[in-house]
Amino acid sequence: MSAMTVDYSRSLAMLQDGGRFGVRHLGVTQGGAFDWLSMYWANWMLGNALDAPVIEITLGGLRLACERDGTLALAGADLQATLDDRPLQPWRSFSVRRGQLLTFAQPRLGARAYLAAPGGFEGEPVLGSVATVVRESLGGLRGDGQPLRTGDRLNWNGTDVVPRQLPEEQIPDFGALRPLDLVIGAQIGQFAGQSLYDVFNSDWTVDTRSDRMGVRLTGPQLRCSLPGIVSEGIPLGAVQVPPDGQPIVLLNDRQTIGGYPRLGALTPEAVARLGQCLPGSRVRLRPVVQRSAELAQQRLLLNWS
Amino acid sequence: MKPSIEVSAIDCLTLRLFDVIDERNMPWLRAAGEKVAAVFGPALIDLVPSYTTLMVHYDMSVMTSTQARTCLARAFESLEAAEDASGTLHRIPVWYDPSVGPELELIAERAGLTAQQVIESHCARDYQVFALGFAPGFAFMGLVEERLATPRLKTPRKRVAAGSVGIADRQTAAYPLQSPGGWNLIGRTPVQLFDYQRDGYSLLRPGDRVRFEPIDRAGFRRLGGDDTAQAAIEGTAA
Repeated sequence: MSAMTVDYSRSLAMLQDGGRFGVRHLGVTQGGAFDWLSMYWANWMLGNALDAPVIEITLGGLRLACERDGTLALAGADLQATLDDRPLQPWRSFSVRRGQLLTFAQPRLGARAYLAAPGGFEGEPVLGSVATVVRESLGGLRGDGQPLRTGDRLNWNGTDVVPRQLPEEQIPDFGALRPLDLVIGAQIGQFAGQSLYDVFNSDWTVDTRSDRMGVRLTGPQLRCSLPGIVSEGIPLGAVQVPPDGQPIVLLNDRQTIGGYPRLGALTPEAVARLGQCLPGSRVRLRPVVQRSAELAQQRLLLNWS
Repeated sequence: MKPSIEVSAIDCLTLRLFDVIDERNMPWLRAAGEKVAAVFGPALIDLVPSYTTLMVHYDMSVMTSTQARTCLARAFESLEAAEDASGTLHRIPVWYDPSVGPELELIAERAGLTAQQVIESHCARDYQVFALGFAPGFAFMGLVEERLATPRLKTPRKRVAAGSVGIADRQTAAYPLQSPGGWNLIGRTPVQLFDYQRDGYSLLRPGDRVRFEPIDRAGFRRLGGDDTAQAAIEGTAA
């Protein structure tokens, strides 16, 4: 017997975990939860491994029918979720009973919600991960890269959990206008002086042409002395600038190598926050060096140690 | 060769060995990859080789960026080109035909050759696998004869059939899975290039060599190829 059935899925809901590693040299992308911070908290509330499989729900449009009693946890965006008719706030665990309907409508704050289940949702691991990558036909419920579809059956393995309460001060403020940290990369010196000023002193708008491969930012036109480079490995969060001068932040489902010059790469924390920005949001970029970013990330990870 | 180490991300460094694409880079890149893997050990998360560089993604929970730089510097201290310079040679059968290779005639026309001469040229040399990327198991190979060099389609196709063999500038490749694509298609191989149930997953690895061998439609079908040609090719060249 399954634990839940997908009553409908009209937007994009998919199984994600920490991603696929050790296979980048084969051209296989990383995948994994875009806002990994919210995934960590959702799993933490149930005492799961922090990267246990969760459902990443983008923008809403999902209804799940519960077929078994259990305890779930929700983190990330407020997608106006309801359990039957009762509103559900994110950043909490909650009990479901057989016969109840769990619905995600549309964004009120943020873009992606993460639903965790005891022990993690079950999927078919491919190359060490259940992360759904549609473009590569890898991962997900059946291992074929498909997002959740109406009629899909979901399951989890864990038994009784003692849910943990998330401390109020840990709840991220998706509405805050904190800049996104960018670790400056080797090619930054190839950009024109004015462009370097513009990168870090302008508002950038999250474009509608954005997905799990990359988010386009629009703003002042950036100029680089290099039209292109010999293709090389692309890290998570790389900020590349194609000849149109408008940067693209490369994300979990990016191509593994590419040939546009780069400013550097967003920190993992900045990538997670970008994952909660709806098209039209404004963001700012702040330059940091690798060492200080590393120290900040270590401090951040202390939250779960 | 003037190796340098560059910052790529919070937990990624890039070892740059060369400035330009050259078949002679490959033995050095392979040797460097092996040394990096040995020096980093379990701290290595991913290693992404490309034409002139190696990107090293290390585990920042066990290693600082300073330690990673030291390791990387050690990896090329006494670097020598891989002795087995040639890598594995793969013979890949290809059914060259306009029905599965809609740009075969176009390439012939541009080069002032017949389609048959294009096929002979494409099969005449061993190609080096420079890098894998774009999609799982997609191997960038080269270099094709100068006359066959053809720029990518202005408008990429929305769907290219799995096994399609194409040319872009002086590189050649075969699409392991159905995907969008902008390369000039000249034929199709029945060989499965990426299979996550196979040991090693990808048939081709950076540093390997590939020789294409022409087969006919009957041979293509015999080897398990899907010749329902146009079905999976959509959106023609602009």
